[in-house]
Amino acid sequence: MAKADILGESLWDAYSDKVTTLMNNPLHQGEIFEADAQARGHKLIVADFGAESCGDAVRLYWEIDSKTDTIVNSKFKSFGCGTAIASSDVMTELCIGKTVAQAVKITNIDVEMALRDDPDTPAVPPQKMHCSVMAYDVIKKAAGLYMGVDSESFEEEIIVCECARVSLKTLQEVIKLNDLTTIEQITDYTKAGGFCKSCIKPGGHEEREYYLVDILRDTRREMDEEKMKAAADASASGESKFEDMTLVQQIKAVDAIIDDSVRQFLVMDGGDMEVIDIKPTDEYIDIYIRYLGACNGCASSATGTLYAIESTLKEKLSSNIRVLPI
Amino acid sequence: MQVYLDNNATTMVDPLVVQEMMPFFSEIYGNPNSLHKFGTASHPAISKAIDQVYTALNASDEDDIIFTGCATESNNWVLQSIFTDYIVNGDKNHIITSEVEHPSILSTCKFLEEQGVKVTYLPVNDQGIVEAETLRGFITEKTALVSIMWASNETGMIFPIAEIGEICKEKGVLFHSDAVQAVGKIRVDLQKVHVDFLSMSAHKFHGPKGVGALYIKNSQALTPLLHGGEQMRGRRSGTLNVAYIVGMGKAIELATQDIEITGAKIREKRDRLEDALVELSDTFVVGDRWNRTPNTILISIRGVEGEGMLWDLNNGQIGASTGSACASEDLEANTVMLAIGADNELAHTGIRLSLSRFTTDEEIDYTINHFKEAVARLRAISSSFAKQQPTVGGEVQECELHH
Repeated sequence: MAKADILGESLWDAYSDKVTTLMNNPLHQGEIFEADAQARGHKLIVADFGAESCGDAVRLYWEIDSKTDTIVNSKFKSFGCGTAIASSDVMTELCIGKTVAQAVKITNIDVEMALRDDPDTPAVPPQKMHCSVMAYDVIKKAAGLYMGVDSESFEEEIIVCECARVSLKTLQEVIKLNDLTTIEQITDYTKAGGFCKSCIKPGGHEEREYYLVDILRDTRREMDEEKMKAAADASASGESKFEDMTLVQQIKAVDAIIDDSVRQFLVMDGGDMEVIDIKPTDEYIDIYIRYLGACNGCASSATGTLYAIESTLKEKLSSNIRVLPI
Repeated sequence: MQVYLDNNATTMVDPLVVQEMMPFFSEIYGNPNSLHKFGTASHPAISKAIDQVYTALNASDEDDIIFTGCATESNNWVLQSIFTDYIVNGDKNHIITSEVEHPSILSTCKFLEEQGVKVTYLPVNDQGIVEAETLRGFITEKTALVSIMWASNETGMIFPIAEIGEICKEKGVLFHSDAVQAVGKIRVDLQKVHVDFLSMSAHKFHGPKGVGALYIKNSQALTPLLHGGEQMRGRRSGTLNVAYIVGMGKAIELATQDIEITGAKIREKRDRLEDALVELSDTFVVGDRWNRTPNTILISIRGVEGEGMLWDLNNGQIGASTGSACASEDLEANTVMLAIGADNELAHTGIRLSLSRFTTDEEIDYTINHFKEAVARLRAISSSFAKQQPTVGGEVQECELHH
């Protein structure tokens, strides 16, 4: 929210002139009947998408010359708002003259672009972007009917945000590459979730298979796992810096050094020690230890012995280590 | 011709009201709290406005009617302060409301739920109203407040406020009514019904926007929402909005002095419009008209999507609504239509037409013509009326989108 958002937009003023014109006078509104198409030696395909109960429904008609698989004529019927009617109209326009294989490549982005008055200004406000997605969906359905295949087979990748056509793979990559942590960042980087918002989380305009919140959480978890695995591998091969280790790895490393080079001398004098905690501060990595047995209360435990433990750990692990007996 | 049929969203300020307000901008502009004559000069006009509001609602002198910024403030005040007084600082934890209230009630209830309050949203019947007896079973000893609207903004349906008030009185539970759509449209007589708190807003009855009121029975305790300079005896701080209070007084007087006569005239035009529109096939109007505010029609037109219809009406210079004006930009199904159990598909086809005492017969004639033309055009485009059936496999079984 800022100054420009205080009043809020006027929905209809955000429509392009083309949307307004086509809503008022759609050019390809109407029906093509089976008998007429047959008489012309063509095949008719009619596909529905959406339903009145969703608030949006479209019926697409394709008259196809089966010798060339070309869509020779196309019409639509629509139960919907102005942008739904205008999107459907432009969709039929884009289909006419194309082969079915070409038509199936038409996306909602193409439909929305075709509705723009100038290439840089969106034709519809973000929340209306889903109207053009319906155009894309009904084309796939019609093509599936004509080709006798499942319409899902035209989708080569998993599309998470239909409005901006952003795939699952792209989202995962962008999150990882840019170390994104919020949905807002994802929208800034990819535009996903910036339109009808259905893909952000469950409960939006449309039910989705994938939601940005889940993708973000799962990708972050994957990133953490990768990071930990890398740290574990590095630590196992002895290449890892103490500072970069996870806490558990640090404790293990400290214990290993103590077992190797310290404990035997303490045990000789009837004492022992344990590591209580490791805490990185701005200046040091503090290792809290507790003396056991004879060490407890021994005069040198605060001087010579402590110095010996600290310098061993410093030498073997990190010069930033400070040992604090408690 | 230009026709405004969205009077449940807001109304034109009556020119007589504007005239009454004018002196209080640049002539009598003192702060009524000041001791000097600049301040006290406005006192007679404010006293008159107070009288006008008390008279219009038939309130007792022992009751308080406190001017607020709007009905949203009045509604928030009641809910949030009942929360403070009876839930945080008391042993109650429950509020009852209905599922069709205005967002200023529903969103506030959701907010209170986040604070741990239990809220019951009463269902409505096929008329879109809460039945009084439904309420009875939900009241417990933990119930702090019942908040039920007097009339629906979307359907105009009038709720059984007298019966609900009696049940609350019998059970010893506080009762608030959001009467924004009732005051100025139908008689609201506070001697005839038991209500503890009542919200109203001036701009719904030809007064200015930015002023409303909260009625508080017997001046009972209710923690203020706004703290500050102790105006209105500390019940609602903030310098008195003199011109607007004066305007509200005049507006409520004009709206209520002959309310039965004015209401009957509006009803006559409304009924004529409604009768003409239901001549169209596959339409229905929500709620029995005898139990509606006299100015409201919520009509469903099969095969015509609500926003598309608004668009065509707007092209014909007619201003209408798909439901609540506050919701007209979020494109969702009409919540009241869903609540009354209308088919899902009809919930996207609701158009609300709301008249006022300024609506003329010529405007009604114009609207009838244009409305029918718009329905004809949109039905010609509509997939709902298409004749050619889809190719086998091309049908849609059910809604693939989600609401």
